[in-house]
Amino acid sequence: MTRPLDSGDRLPVLLPLRLHGSERHHRLGAGSGVLLCVGLVLLVSIASAQAGRVTPSVLQVIAKWAPLLLTGFAFNILISALAMLLGTILGLGLGLGLLSDWPPVRQVSWALTQIFRNAPWLVLLFFVMFLVPFQITMFGLRIPFPDWIKATVGFALPVMANVAEVVRGAVRSLPSTQWEAAEALAFTRRQTMWRIILPQCVKRMLPPWMNIYSLVTMSTVLASIVGVSEMLTLTAQVHAAEGGRPELFAPLYGFALLCFFLYCYPINLWTTHLERRFQTG
Amino acid sequence: MQAIPDWFQRLYESTGLNFTVFYDSYDWNRYVDGLKMTLILSVTTILISLVIGAAGALIQSGPSKHLRGLVNGFVVIFRNTPPLVQLFFFYFGLGTMLPATETASGMREPLLNNVEWAIISLSLFAAAFNVEIFRSGIEAVPRTTIEAAEALGYTRFKAYCHIVLPLAIRVCLPALNNNLVNLLKTTTLAYAIAVPETLYALKQIWSESQNVMEMMLLLLATYGILVGVLVWLMHRWERAMHIPGYHR
Repeated sequence: MTRPLDSGDRLPVLLPLRLHGSERHHRLGAGSGVLLCVGLVLLVSIASAQAGRVTPSVLQVIAKWAPLLLTGFAFNILISALAMLLGTILGLGLGLGLLSDWPPVRQVSWALTQIFRNAPWLVLLFFVMFLVPFQITMFGLRIPFPDWIKATVGFALPVMANVAEVVRGAVRSLPSTQWEAAEALAFTRRQTMWRIILPQCVKRMLPPWMNIYSLVTMSTVLASIVGVSEMLTLTAQVHAAEGGRPELFAPLYGFALLCFFLYCYPINLWTTHLERRFQTG
Repeated sequence: MQAIPDWFQRLYESTGLNFTVFYDSYDWNRYVDGLKMTLILSVTTILISLVIGAAGALIQSGPSKHLRGLVNGFVVIFRNTPPLVQLFFFYFGLGTMLPATETASGMREPLLNNVEWAIISLSLFAAAFNVEIFRSGIEAVPRTTIEAAEALGYTRFKAYCHIVLPLAIRVCLPALNNNLVNLLKTTTLAYAIAVPETLYALKQIWSESQNVMEMMLLLLATYGILVGVLVWLMHRWERAMHIPGYHR
């Protein structure tokens, strides 16, 4: 009466959530890639058709200013890399604080994590920009803080909180037998953490860590709001330098979108790839 | 009620902590207006992004290859570009290309104002993430359930609305929760195109009253409370929709 279940058959039950489960989605195929490029060219040509003959065409304008804009973009990448470095170091400390044996340390770390995770990035950026002095005089030595360094610190704060959560999640996801085995081999708590637990966590932490990096890179444009001259600020200045023609807005911001897309999309693809590999392996 | 303004006035005189918002009715009104704008932005963008997300997920599981590719491209582009640049692209780039009318005094009156552009841009940004979240939820719904619905004579759309989506939402609520909190935080970006939301209002207040520190603290507290309320609501919803016997 009952049909025997095929070995490859999936049970008819509600499955758990897997964000990056399927292979076929969210990859730009060749067809849609071509479509995207055609759309972009079409957009630019519409804008240049509106521009008329007297003024240089939109493509010429972009080609003329591309070196400057790309320098701005490189500055964005620099800020994101430094913020990530600082945030990862601080976040590792905070994450270990979250896992501490001593309740006061754990509670303080928890409060810090919650504050910096739940505040909007822009608000944290304002916080650092306005409340950190532009220079510190220490022992007669003046240490200047240019605005882009302050912005980097402002981005490092949310990174710190997110990395702390990633560290905590990764450590929690290890089987507790690892801790017990280490204890049985007479490792101290510190030794267990640094020589047994954390090395195993690196692999698990990598994909979410790369996700955070992608987020930071996309957030660095916020620095333009507080006056750091990165790509978006330069884009606005280029627009003004070209006479502030309204039809130039779309291609110039489109160029900025394209730069970020070309940088972040491969990172995203690689993250998904790693996630999938670690999931099965 | 007079006690609160008096207390903050005394706090200022005794400690120098100048929370103008709580004793100056003009600043208080600006703050409340900003808060209202933040709430309007959050609620509308959350609703619109949920609708677009659900529709996108429906199309992605649908038969049309071109539509699938279109949704796929939308998701990939909006997920991998900075939301602020998207906002500028929409507001400055597309906003100036759209036809505009003139008011009686000869001012240019664009078709969509900055608040509407902020809502559109932020909704699309969040929707790109929602599509992916809903899609993963739909994949968790067993094929047999959909077949059962077909056997009962449901059309694809009806089955999606009444059977697949309700189940999918329950599965992906934690991920959805995260994304909506993120969206609430992203509404601060509307500051960049002069939408008078909380950050904008408080920035105006602190530039006039020179009380940056106090207003910053208020700002952090405000967003802390807003995020807390949203998380609390979502958790209540999650509990109310819990499927008995299904454990995550």
